[in-house]
Amino acid sequence: MPVNPDLLGRAFPPTAPYLVGREKVREFARAVFATDPQHDDPAAARDLGYADVVAPPTFAMVIQDLTLQQLLSEPGSGIVLERVVHAEQRFRYTRPIVAGDELTGRLTVTGIRAFGKGAMVTSEAEITDAGGDHVVTATSVLLVGGDE
Amino acid sequence: MTTLEIGTVVAERTVHLTRTSLVRYAGASGDLNPIHYNDAVAARVGLPGVLAHGMLTMGLAVETIVEWLGDSGRILEYGVRFTRPVVVDTETGADVTVVAKVGAVDDDAVRIDLTVSHDGTTVLGKAQVRVRAAS
Repeated sequence: MPVNPDLLGRAFPPTAPYLVGREKVREFARAVFATDPQHDDPAAARDLGYADVVAPPTFAMVIQDLTLQQLLSEPGSGIVLERVVHAEQRFRYTRPIVAGDELTGRLTVTGIRAFGKGAMVTSEAEITDAGGDHVVTATSVLLVGGDE
Repeated sequence: MTTLEIGTVVAERTVHLTRTSLVRYAGASGDLNPIHYNDAVAARVGLPGVLAHGMLTMGLAVETIVEWLGDSGRILEYGVRFTRPVVVDTETGADVTVVAKVGAVDDDAVRIDLTVSHDGTTVLGKAQVRVRAAS
């Protein structure tokens, strides 16, 4: 089944607030070999002007993933996880994510382009904090295979 | 920061990935796709082996420049294309090498180009970080 073209422009409801914990930031930092003290030591982060440890730049994917789950579970989307390949990823930051942030993601499907028997699906997850201010926009391009 | 010349290497490193690295990233990120830790599943879907998560490669690549930046909050944009997989052998693991060079400079921002390679071939395409110029 091809990707449903009606998904283009679809905006999904905001995800439930995600509270960024200090130990989660440390765990993620260790996992991406992020050794700079700003990711681990609250005092080092405060020296840079942040309230708590600073998450590595790609931590935003944790929130983005919550939004992509909405897309993948959309009935009739034509998108089957086993046929999805992550082709491109971009982040555009207003500020870094810091422990203590409560983040919400809103996904919009911004592009669907035929690609072979499948499609390239571009979506943007706009991630905002508890005050509603923009933190980061995560854009992913998924290559969705069609029937062989 | 002094004047940056295009082509200058600002940071580089090689990260050795093992299966343990992949399990750790799976847990930390929530990406539990078994192609990143289960040989049988990887083989069944036609992969050459268990692969590192693309987002792990993307994540470790940008961290290479954080010490040079001083403040990771200077990062304005970061984007990559996933062009080739990193196969992580169960015994020998895999080395991922990152070289960060100045790609372009303007008044407000610097573009850092990351060359990320494994086994002699680049695995990320157009891996570029736009960073705010140091004040």
